[in-house]
Amino acid sequence: MATVAEQWVLVEMVQALYEAPAYHLILEGILILWIIRLVFSKTYKLQERSDLTAKEKEELIEEWQPEPLVPPVSKNHPALNYNIVSGPPTHNIVVNGKECVNFASFNFLGLLANPRVKAAALASLKKYGVGTCGPRGFYGTFDVHLDLEERLAKFMRTEEAIIYSYGFSTIASAIPAYSKRGDIVFVDSAACFAIQKGLQASRSDIKLFKHNDVADLERLLKEQEIEDEKNPRKARVTRRFIVVEGLYMNTGTICPLPELVKLKYKYKARIFLEESLSFGVLGEHGRGVTEHYGISIDDIDLISANMENALASVGGFCCGRSFVVDHQRLSGQGYCFSASLPPLLASAAIEALNIMEENPGIFAVLKKKCQHIHESLQGISGLKVVGEPLSPALHLQLEESTGSREKDVKLLQEIIVQCMNKGIALTQARYLDKDEKCLPPPSIRVVVTVEQTEEELERAASTIREAAQAVLL
Amino acid sequence: MANPRGTTVINGTFHSPKTQHSKWQSTDGVKNGIPKEAQQNRNPRFSDKPIFESYPEPPLYVFVLTYMGYGIGTLFGYLRDFMRSWGIEKCNAAVEREEQKDFVPLYQDFENFYKRNLYMRIRDSWNQTVCSVPGPHIDIMEKVSDDYNWTFRHTGKVIKDVINMGSYNYLGLAVKYDESMKTVKDTLEKYGVGVASTRHEMGTLDKHKELEELMAKFLNVEAVMTFGMGFATNAMNIPILVGKGCLILSDELNHTSIILGARLSGATIRPFKHNNVQNLEKLLRESIISGQPRTGRAWKKILILVEGIYSMEGSIVNLPQIVALKKKYKAYLYIDEAHSIGATGPNGQGVRDFFGLAPEDVDVYMGTFTKSFAASGGYIAGKKELVDYVRVHSHSATYATSMSPVIAEQIIRSLKIVMGEDENQGEKHQTIGAHTAFGRHLLKKKIGVVVVGFPATALAEGRARFCLSSAHTREMLDKVLEVVDKLGDLLNVKYFPYKKSGHPALHNEKSFDKEASFDEMSIEPEA
Repeated sequence: MATVAEQWVLVEMVQALYEAPAYHLILEGILILWIIRLVFSKTYKLQERSDLTAKEKEELIEEWQPEPLVPPVSKNHPALNYNIVSGPPTHNIVVNGKECVNFASFNFLGLLANPRVKAAALASLKKYGVGTCGPRGFYGTFDVHLDLEERLAKFMRTEEAIIYSYGFSTIASAIPAYSKRGDIVFVDSAACFAIQKGLQASRSDIKLFKHNDVADLERLLKEQEIEDEKNPRKARVTRRFIVVEGLYMNTGTICPLPELVKLKYKYKARIFLEESLSFGVLGEHGRGVTEHYGISIDDIDLISANMENALASVGGFCCGRSFVVDHQRLSGQGYCFSASLPPLLASAAIEALNIMEENPGIFAVLKKKCQHIHESLQGISGLKVVGEPLSPALHLQLEESTGSREKDVKLLQEIIVQCMNKGIALTQARYLDKDEKCLPPPSIRVVVTVEQTEEELERAASTIREAAQAVLL
Repeated sequence: MANPRGTTVINGTFHSPKTQHSKWQSTDGVKNGIPKEAQQNRNPRFSDKPIFESYPEPPLYVFVLTYMGYGIGTLFGYLRDFMRSWGIEKCNAAVEREEQKDFVPLYQDFENFYKRNLYMRIRDSWNQTVCSVPGPHIDIMEKVSDDYNWTFRHTGKVIKDVINMGSYNYLGLAVKYDESMKTVKDTLEKYGVGVASTRHEMGTLDKHKELEELMAKFLNVEAVMTFGMGFATNAMNIPILVGKGCLILSDELNHTSIILGARLSGATIRPFKHNNVQNLEKLLRESIISGQPRTGRAWKKILILVEGIYSMEGSIVNLPQIVALKKKYKAYLYIDEAHSIGATGPNGQGVRDFFGLAPEDVDVYMGTFTKSFAASGGYIAGKKELVDYVRVHSHSATYATSMSPVIAEQIIRSLKIVMGEDENQGEKHQTIGAHTAFGRHLLKKKIGVVVVGFPATALAEGRARFCLSSAHTREMLDKVLEVVDKLGDLLNVKYFPYKKSGHPALHNEKSFDKEASFDEMSIEPEA
């Protein structure tokens, strides 16, 4: 029975072969020959140099000398002679053995030394210990993390928030989670280094526009629109993003958010807002630049901030609609592949949020002090103030550069040393010269906090003035 | 019965797999999720001479069934997507704003396909909420879903005293607050929590100096630099060591942070097979001979990136041979000891100590404080010139906030305990011994494990991971073994049953006892 069936099948096959059209058979024949060729052909490896003899290869290996792993660093480099702070970096700080008033740490709301924050952290320490011993997905999610995320979302009036264990990684992981190779990102040229690293990791097309120049951004967007019309299919899958900071760390200026939102809807690009400096500073309740301008928070696709400035803790967070933020729970590298925030730092942040919500008056106080120092620092011969009156982090740059960055840095450092000797702690704004896309000029960073009294502000201004006169004239 | 792929020889005897017929119904079936067969724990087997690691593979039918499971899950996924787009089925996922519907979609359809249809079904296996110290016992808050895992809510009930086999608490240093943590409490009260400045500006505290000096002493190196986050340590410091025109040879199973650092550096990256020294040598020779691609110029530097212990495989790096290679070919070696620092070696100094090599043999030591020291943060250690260079040029030192002083104090305290300087604690012994359905059942029996699947591992290689800690007692481990044994029978996932020896010891990826000799270690019946 079986053999008859087999024969019958064979007969059918042969019949099919006869009846098939010629081109069909030829095509199949070519395909089979191609497969045979591929199977037997040698794989072409770019690396193999088969034209060299074994002896020559050994010689090449012997002769090859690598560079030293790291080039030598000069002993006088400022980063090797860093300021050492003994004790807490609070309002009264002991730097290199001298007692000073702190004008250098980003402790805007003075919460670093707040006893309530410390008590909350202590309670958390007693309950949870220090580390979480795991990433968020694997037993590293503690109830305090969920609490903090809920509180942040409620405070910023968004649907959801996600926290990271390190401020730098927050924006550096958020951008590559959404923007991939082939997408286009329009970013301000004064964007901070963390944003630059996020952009580099995303491998997208980066288009820089002049700092705070909406017209320049519109020009770039228009150019992109023209490109899109040439290739509509590609345009339909290319995402566009505009990445800006609320308050720029490098220049102390505020971004023109209302115009940017208009551009967003006109050219269909999503906005990512980095609010590290403006969170807890701008706005009536400290909600940042959106509250400052009165813009609906839903118009911004993603807000990212770090908790290391106003909130005086460690870590960072992103907030926005669930549609956007939830994606980072699986795609944010700094979230998935890293241990979660130690619970005591999360509890400290929650308590700091509580304090911010209970005393909305401190933001007005901070604003007044910023304006005060901005005025007092005007007119110092040789130095110009860079930054808006509202910004708590200002820069003092040389009015006229000497021509060499090194000399500029030295001059500014002398001014700082004199100020420190008189009890005002200042620092230069530090950058990695070779790695920045648009390196800002050297400057002295002046940070205003709510804890500084009027008298101290006056004293700082006059000290800087005297030092500048002594050094620069 | 056909032999499985990769028959293994353990202890000189030949083991063949159980000839079991695995039915569909024995695993969870398609309705509840993708059957992720939990594979046997990778058991590094040690002998004094060449490292012999056995990774027996499960039989062929397991692979076939796993792929079939994924295939059917994918088909169902397409069906449900179709139903959702036609409104037949309710869509619970968050959607784009009405005003932005005409924007280019934020997510590609396919990217989210895996997440929507396959991951959602089994989402409850991850992200358990903990509400206690992550020690040997842990309290987990119960979570239920009313809508098939789209959203969760906490019932308020707490599952107490789950045996914790999932946290990286190798030395048992994550403990409830006791008097020994007084220094940490004092630091908190004196310094506060935050720092609010970078290392280059006003963020270097005396605590950081103290920590770095102590760590250098512990590791027996010239200098150490610490950072606030372990992930960022790799991602921000590899780019400063190598750049364009350099070559990176990286193990194919390296952690994401190492891969990110390598990519950000701009150097050419060539992966070599996991722990395969012959493959590495071949790559080294070919690379030096042929030079940079296209131009043929000589490479500026060659950096080999490896990890001390690979967390997903449980294997230890083959350090002596790699060090010999690097010396012969003048390459540089960078080792990430995130999982091995504190837990391996007679003095807890990591894999270098474990193999008894000199500190100068490895060029760059990197590690994290999250696992063995129950804190957070990372470090880079090595010669003074290297660390000085890192201090000056590190992205993290220039732009990122420094480590919190409280965390620094906790690490100092842990270091002192590990180094034996703290009389109160005595010597910390490192005790050794020995998929989603798996994880869920285990949680019901109050044992918490980590279940890993695609995309962290290959498609057919889902696994359950057991993390040992020196705080686990013998009773806890026996209980775990018993439950795992029963579950293995229930779920039909035992592929290589080994004989129980007189000393059933649990193998794990880390923690090797200085006292127990390797002969005593035996292989237990796995899951």
